[in-house]
Amino acid sequence: MISKAMGLALAALGGLAAAAPAMAQNEQFIPILSYRTGAYAVNGIPWANASADYYNLLNERDGGINGVKIAFEECETGYATDKGVECYERLKGKGPTGAAFFSPLSTGITFALTDKTLADKIPIITMGYGRADSKNGAVFAWNFPYLGTYWTAADIAVQHVAKEMGGEANLKGKKIALVYHDSPYGKEPIPTLEILSKKLGFELMQVPVTHPGVEQKSQWLLIRQSKPDYVLLWGWGVMNSTAIQEAAAVAFPRDKIIGVWWSGAEPDVVPAGAQAIGYKSLMLQHGAGEYAVHADLKKFVYAKGKGLAKEDFSQVLYNRGLVNAMLGAEGIRAAQKKYGNKPLTGEQIRWGLENLELSEARIKELGFEGMLKPVKITCADHEGARTGRVQQWDGKAWKEISDWYTARQEITEPLVADISAKYAAEKKITPRDCSKES
Amino acid sequence: MFYREAGQFKTSYAADMAIFPIRQDRIAMLLLLAFAFAGVPLLAAFHVPPFNSEYLLRAIILPFLILSLAAIGVNVLIGYCGQVSLGSGAFMAIGAYSAYKFNTGIPGLWLPPLPTLASILLGGLMASIAGIVFGIPSLRIKGLYLSVATLAAQFFFDWLFLRVKWFTNYAPSGSVSAPELSFFGLTVASPVEKYLLALTFVCVFALGAKNLARGNLGRQWMAIRDMDIAAELIGIRPLAAKLSAFAVSSFIIGVAGALWAFVYLGSWEPLAFNIDRSLQLLFMVIIGGLGTILGSFLGAAFILLLPIALSQLPAAVGLKISTATITHLEFIIFGSLICFLLIKEPLGFARLWQIGKEKLRLWPFPY
Repeated sequence: MISKAMGLALAALGGLAAAAPAMAQNEQFIPILSYRTGAYAVNGIPWANASADYYNLLNERDGGINGVKIAFEECETGYATDKGVECYERLKGKGPTGAAFFSPLSTGITFALTDKTLADKIPIITMGYGRADSKNGAVFAWNFPYLGTYWTAADIAVQHVAKEMGGEANLKGKKIALVYHDSPYGKEPIPTLEILSKKLGFELMQVPVTHPGVEQKSQWLLIRQSKPDYVLLWGWGVMNSTAIQEAAAVAFPRDKIIGVWWSGAEPDVVPAGAQAIGYKSLMLQHGAGEYAVHADLKKFVYAKGKGLAKEDFSQVLYNRGLVNAMLGAEGIRAAQKKYGNKPLTGEQIRWGLENLELSEARIKELGFEGMLKPVKITCADHEGARTGRVQQWDGKAWKEISDWYTARQEITEPLVADISAKYAAEKKITPRDCSKES
Repeated sequence: MFYREAGQFKTSYAADMAIFPIRQDRIAMLLLLAFAFAGVPLLAAFHVPPFNSEYLLRAIILPFLILSLAAIGVNVLIGYCGQVSLGSGAFMAIGAYSAYKFNTGIPGLWLPPLPTLASILLGGLMASIAGIVFGIPSLRIKGLYLSVATLAAQFFFDWLFLRVKWFTNYAPSGSVSAPELSFFGLTVASPVEKYLLALTFVCVFALGAKNLARGNLGRQWMAIRDMDIAAELIGIRPLAAKLSAFAVSSFIIGVAGALWAFVYLGSWEPLAFNIDRSLQLLFMVIIGGLGTILGSFLGAAFILLLPIALSQLPAAVGLKISTATITHLEFIIFGSLICFLLIKEPLGFARLWQIGKEKLRLWPFPY
């Protein structure tokens, strides 16, 4: 006798789903999967604030994208895969044409959504994260790991370590430890690092940290015992600041730790206080600080009291959220050139995202000069750029300490081809012929 | 009024022992099943709201059905046999990963890729074997101490599926994705098809579990639960009774795990089956009602659907609240509701339903 209670519950839920406010017809709906609670909230909040602020800016300053207003809605995932899937299902059909694209800011959710977006025809933008093999747009038509994958990051990090040690030849016989979040996110760089360790002759030591990463005593004791020459940190959320504090506790020099670009924001170092001085991390092109777009945000969004950010305004992850939102919006604009200035479907926006090209001049026009280098996305290359720098925390701010590095395609490309081909075979996807795409 | 039982006479033992001895219950159940199996797909096909939304089927009903199935499994062990287990998440993981291995083929054992149905059932079987192994301590230890032993299973299998790359077919990120679902040549892909698949599994296993619980085996379990020494004295072998409960329970949980991975998530990592999942299932059976099949459904609905409903409520009534505040409110309301319910009705929703039904049967002349 399940009938009545269940029927009532379902009817109530159905009613809720149907009662969502009706949206205007000339609106492009963009969902924001965010996390403002849980172990990863410190990193999720600036990103979510930036996304909402940038869409508000487009609406307030330009009246949307070519006259098409942007409607957006947040859904709290808590960085949990099953909640992310629920949020995806909840938001994918909203607005007159459905969701424009998803940016889950979680590699786990990206993995779960990759198969679903294929069927639903909605692109996912995973700027600086996600599946590294999805760079290959011929197989992963719907995934866009803009500006850098973890394989790119791994190569850049090793390049910097080699430079500090005085050349790649000096890496031979050295030991590099990878302290990583024990999830798809943390494991992604391993194949590239393994290849590099074989090629350059350094020993790779893998040190996993269990979610959420507040307990790392044994890992750092292990590091104290085996004395690696360098530590690569692949952490997220509270795991980063904990790692820095534990490194200090075992007196591992902080300037011998280099974090991925997700371990290089203010919430990662500020809680560790003076212990974090000297800690380094990669930069996904941009750093912290205010640029032209921030002036516009203050004028059009914050002056009207619509801004969400507080002290995180212009911090690293806030700026990254802005870049992500901007690239998505520019993808929509590119798609509008082909399909007209009206709300577009995910399938049409996918074309725009794949044919996105931002020149120096266009980036300046958008107010992102200094945050981003020119990008060109093609069918075969959904990453678009493979450059990064290294920054160091001096106790108050991040300082850029290196030149631009470019990841070597000869290292990552065979892996991309190999793993994406495996995926294509498993999922029975016929890779597109990129020479015929336009 | 609702239950006019005048004229319903039980003339045979079979009628007396039926699952639904009252005719009205039988009719209601048949109507419900007819609605679930035929009505929902038809309504979805004709785009009748709310069944036209994929969200309802894919994100609400599907996880509800699969977690109900897992809760039935947990209920067999905890509710019927009284063996407290915190390893349910691990048994779901075993089901999921074994099904994945069988479905993609195991060249080391000369096994070709098996069909989906066989893989899912074999996944259940593997979970069942693991359940028996981790159930052996239950012959010596009880209660809280046993729950700690099952906790070991939880952490062991978390570790195993994270560390041993063979289970994930050497996927670089450790995340695996389920192959296409095909049953006897039919491909299951659309939300309605997935819903029907999960529904079939749930109905078959719910019926099976109900019958097991009513039969000899179930009576042995309950005797062990209520007083194991007395049960032993009347000739019940604790070894067989306890281990069979572990086997049956883990089998059902394993199948639910395989369905959760293959049908709901599609792509998963061990985190999907961590200790939080075990606790979630435990709360489902406690709140739903220990030792009842109905309780598994009610508990799953409460634990799974209430937070989703709460998170959408402010938007539905037009309130603009930040998602962080909503999530915090959700925790507060959900937590206090659990406390309130367990104080008011420690035996769970199933007991509330039973009381309600007794009242309805007597109504309007409660004397």
